[in-house]
Amino acid sequence: MKYLHLVWSGLCRKKLRTSLTLLSIVVAFVLFGFLAAVQEALVGGVALAGADRLIVREKVSIINLLPISYEERMERIPGVDFATHQTWFGGIYQDPKNFFMQNPVEPEKFLKMHPEFILPPDQLKAWLETRTGAIVGRRTADRFHWKVGDKVPIQSSIWSNRDGSRHWDFDIVGIFDGKEKGTDTTPMFFRYDYFDEGRQGFGQGEVGWYTIRIKDPSQAAEVAKRVDAEFENSSAETKTEPEGAFIQAWASQIGNIVFIVAAILSAVFFTILLVTGNTMAQAVRERTGEIGVLKAIGFTNRQVLFLVLAESCLLTVIGGVVGLGLARAVTPVMAAQLSGLLPLFFFPASALLLGFGLSFLLGLVTGIFPAISAMRLSVADSLRRM
Amino acid sequence: MSGLFNWFLQIGSITKFGLMSLPQRRGSAAATIIGIAGVVAVLVGVLSIAAGFKQAMTVSGSPDGAIILRSGADSEMVSGLGRDETRIIADTPGIARNDQGPLASAELFVIIDLPKISTGTDANVPLRGVEAGAFQVRDNLKIIEGRKFDWGKNEVIVGRGAAREFAGLQVGSNIKVGRYEWPVVGIFSADGGAAESEIWTDARVLQAAYNRGDSFQSVSVKLNSPGAFQAFKDALTSNPQLNVQVIRQTDYYTQQSQAITRLVTTLGFAIAFLMAVGAVFGALNTMYSAVAVRSREIGTLRALGFGGGAVVVSLLLESLLLALVGGLIGGGLAYAAFNNFHTSTMNFQSFSQLTFAFRVTPALLVRGITWAAVIGLIGGLFPAIRAARLPITVALREL
Repeated sequence: MKYLHLVWSGLCRKKLRTSLTLLSIVVAFVLFGFLAAVQEALVGGVALAGADRLIVREKVSIINLLPISYEERMERIPGVDFATHQTWFGGIYQDPKNFFMQNPVEPEKFLKMHPEFILPPDQLKAWLETRTGAIVGRRTADRFHWKVGDKVPIQSSIWSNRDGSRHWDFDIVGIFDGKEKGTDTTPMFFRYDYFDEGRQGFGQGEVGWYTIRIKDPSQAAEVAKRVDAEFENSSAETKTEPEGAFIQAWASQIGNIVFIVAAILSAVFFTILLVTGNTMAQAVRERTGEIGVLKAIGFTNRQVLFLVLAESCLLTVIGGVVGLGLARAVTPVMAAQLSGLLPLFFFPASALLLGFGLSFLLGLVTGIFPAISAMRLSVADSLRRM
Repeated sequence: MSGLFNWFLQIGSITKFGLMSLPQRRGSAAATIIGIAGVVAVLVGVLSIAAGFKQAMTVSGSPDGAIILRSGADSEMVSGLGRDETRIIADTPGIARNDQGPLASAELFVIIDLPKISTGTDANVPLRGVEAGAFQVRDNLKIIEGRKFDWGKNEVIVGRGAAREFAGLQVGSNIKVGRYEWPVVGIFSADGGAAESEIWTDARVLQAAYNRGDSFQSVSVKLNSPGAFQAFKDALTSNPQLNVQVIRQTDYYTQQSQAITRLVTTLGFAIAFLMAVGAVFGALNTMYSAVAVRSREIGTLRALGFGGGAVVVSLLLESLLLALVGGLIGGGLAYAAFNNFHTSTMNFQSFSQLTFAFRVTPALLVRGITWAAVIGLIGGLFPAIRAARLPITVALREL
């Protein structure tokens, strides 16, 4: 700590150069923050998936429906606690750009299955009393300024209503919040009985997919096998997998996101590494004489090494902290813009830690070569160069 | 006249000086070049995704083709048409004909789960049931391996892109459709268009496998000419027996590529812009130190009568040159790494996978190099002005 002043005045020696380098480090960490948020938005659901939940879908394709009668049959399978279902409604509110998910569910079982959605008890009661009732997540409610008591018209792209049109009306009876920061509060859920009696043409008595709560998460693979065996050779065979694997597969459909993000980040860091490394090398070269003086008055080689490394780390850590802070401040603004596209756009806390660690590492890597060359300078040589 | 010539001569000699001293500053010059190369590589690389996706969609549609969906359906997936309707559509004037009748194909569009080879996870692969006219409506379709499926049999042919991206789609293997295994009998190409992501079979056997009765989801037709579209559209939309929308093939595919192209382009520009800002700082650093090292030289030159303008221009040239080298390296890297890189992604409009190849087009390369030049100019401008403004006496006293 007592050398902090020395390190600091090293940085202040060429203020312009130090600030330019600092700014490029800041930029790199702002980018790091955004990319972390993008990745979180696309694959973050995997981490939040319930370990005790399985998803059952039709084997050939998720667009094929499953009979409603499967629910009871599943609940009789050993290891299954209970099962409930959802169906893709594919609704449009006013404009296709206003995308959010709306699914018919069985209210009580659904909320029991998904404790991450928090609905006040009086609103649940209202939902059970209102056939056309729907609950909507906080984000979507805020986005369209919906309040409890509003009537919301939705146009389904798939399901015809009883009057032959695709127009469905819902009464908002509740607004739910998420238990965790990463919980998706963009969907709307409404009652399956209203949906099933209303729909015309095809699909009556059929649902999109099931979610199963299992009694023991360590038995997931066995229970999944039992479920698929139960429906083997029927007209609708099933494919059962843990919720996490299901979400992972879904994210992989968009592309290999983790790889793309990692590739961009490496390009960015490589670039910054060069810029910073160059600055440090220059700084040490200019100071050959001073380093000689330091050594002459009794600084050990290790102390000189430490001084140079401390200087580069101080530079990168300041840049990292500022950059991450900026990214953190700006992501909520961007999230509002991206609401329809990426419902879960936020800066994950884990990225903050990782970014901090990276900034330190960046300092070590860029400082190490100049530091070693400073350490190796002989006193006589460097004093002669003054 | 001789003044102007003299000025150019001055620029030439100062630039030569600068370039000759580059080896002394090779560390910082290399950092600038690589920094700018990084920006250009990322910019061109990300935009090549959008360009490839757009290209796949563009070659899919031809201006004399049209697709008919149920009114209100924004994609084939959620559309539905009965046999009566598809007959009326096929008999509407304006459709090109050959000796077998109108060039129209009533089609079924479903998806099946197949594992992606790259990740091993299940993906939605489109499976299209077609009628005989389909091969004339999409006349760029060619069987490149095996043979066409037999009508009335449970056989499929597979697009080249799908065969590359998804497991189990080689000629001779089987896929499970409904409850039965269907053999793959051929692979087809379609000039890199969206059809290459699809699996094709006879619409009739697909209807049976999916218990769809006698219903379809869309009708694709080839018109007499691109100009026949409006009359054909009016005839269908004014027909009281039908409740359909008619979309020109080119518009249909453009519309499908819009969302993803916009997303990727926005992200690409945002990332590249931030990186470019970083690279400008790097370039500024390099040029400031270049100027600092040479302030005595520059002072001497100006004392000898070289003009301040010549100093600025030649320093800009030097910075521009470094940037262009960086831009060329970055563009070359992006071309080597990304051009023709095959992948697939989710097309949310059709809820299924689209296989496509990244395209590093000449326009993208030009754009990348333009960015590099701008970064170089900004990075050189301020240090150059500083060098030109420094009083000669101060500059000569430096060091």
